[in-house]
Amino acid sequence: MCWSVPGKIINIKGKTAEVEVSGIVKNISLDLLKEASRGDYVLVHAGYAIQKVDEADAKFTIEFFNNKGKNV
Amino acid sequence: MFKFVDEYRDKDLCRRLAEGIIGISKKPFTIMEVCGGHTMSIRKNGIHKLIGSNIKLVSGPGCPVCVTSQKDIDKAIALARLNNVVVCTFGDMVDVPGTSVTLAEVKAEKGNVRVVYSVQDVLSFAKNEPDKHFVFIGIGFETTAPTIAAAIMQAKAEKIKNFSVLALNKTMPAALKAVLEDKDAKINALISPGHVSTITGTGIYKFIVDDLRISCCVAGFEPADILRAIYLLAELRENNKVSLINAYERAVKENGNEKAKYIMYEVFDSADAEWRGFGVIPASGLRIRKEFADLDAEKIFKIDVGASKEIKGCICGDILRGIKEPKNCKLFGQKCTPMKPQGACMVSSEGTCAAWYKYGE
Repeated sequence: MCWSVPGKIINIKGKTAEVEVSGIVKNISLDLLKEASRGDYVLVHAGYAIQKVDEADAKFTIEFFNNKGKNV
Repeated sequence: MFKFVDEYRDKDLCRRLAEGIIGISKKPFTIMEVCGGHTMSIRKNGIHKLIGSNIKLVSGPGCPVCVTSQKDIDKAIALARLNNVVVCTFGDMVDVPGTSVTLAEVKAEKGNVRVVYSVQDVLSFAKNEPDKHFVFIGIGFETTAPTIAAAIMQAKAEKIKNFSVLALNKTMPAALKAVLEDKDAKINALISPGHVSTITGTGIYKFIVDDLRISCCVAGFEPADILRAIYLLAELRENNKVSLINAYERAVKENGNEKAKYIMYEVFDSADAEWRGFGVIPASGLRIRKEFADLDAEKIFKIDVGASKEIKGCICGDILRGIKEPKNCKLFGQKCTPMKPQGACMVSSEGTCAAWYKYGE
């Protein structure tokens, strides 16, 4: 429906970012984000960054898995 | 290492989560995964076979190609037949059978259909080939609509005159209401679409929890994400609770992406839309606002396609409503295969029939 993949911003030129997704670098529009910086992870969909991936929340999810993983 | 992806594909973790689901889930339970991306991930990873027999997973209307009505497919084909017009579209659309032909067949005949990854590609075409008019077939839900709106605003600002959009975008809330209020579809809970939610936020599902008393869990797309969502929904079910949970915290915020929503509604108004399998659903689509009428292909080209007809025996509509499965379709796997698709759900890379055909029942 809306395939999106997480990629890392390696360079920014104006409103376009070079984003590395699993080894491939693509020019991605930052038009839909309030702000983004080099090193940020973003969700890429159809040539646009649609959201920043929150590293802290990602860790939280992993901890959930590890706890739930242990309890079950 | 594919960060934010590989961690959520850990086999041992998925096995333990699946065992956990079987451990806590006792009551019969039907969950609809709305999004075609979830359907594909479930089938690809065999999740439906890991979680025990009393939980049934049902696909919903969350594949943008599949829900595009026959009339709208015929409109795209009619545009492609015009001289000096190049129709640009996401790849899946080219093989969806129209009433008489497909876009792929028009492409072979006239050569003026191009498959693109992004609407940005179409803007580049328009700048580099000023002698042609480029029409982008704008399908997709709230995830994709802001990208198209941003491109329309860019075209206006940069005075790109040979670019327009056939706006076929759709929005989720009204369609979910239509699905859940359908007495034939007995749905107990929803796995809510993760990437629509990165834009909209989680609030769009509140009415489902509060008014329809059906739990919703926003989920990511990796196997552990989906298993976690099923686990959380099963927990609610067993404790007779109804709630809205965000289990895709790394990408979805409660208010979503405010800038993207602002841009979307700068360019589009909410409008009635025709969905395959549902007919017209009020306030379930997006129409280009009159300030951007010079970029609206419907206004520029006045397309009349007459009566549209679906392929006899195709039950894609019922599959999208969650009341039938591909195995209930006489054409499935016989006359309708990925090589010769009869219905949109077999064409799309997120279609339910494509998932069943590729990964089995």
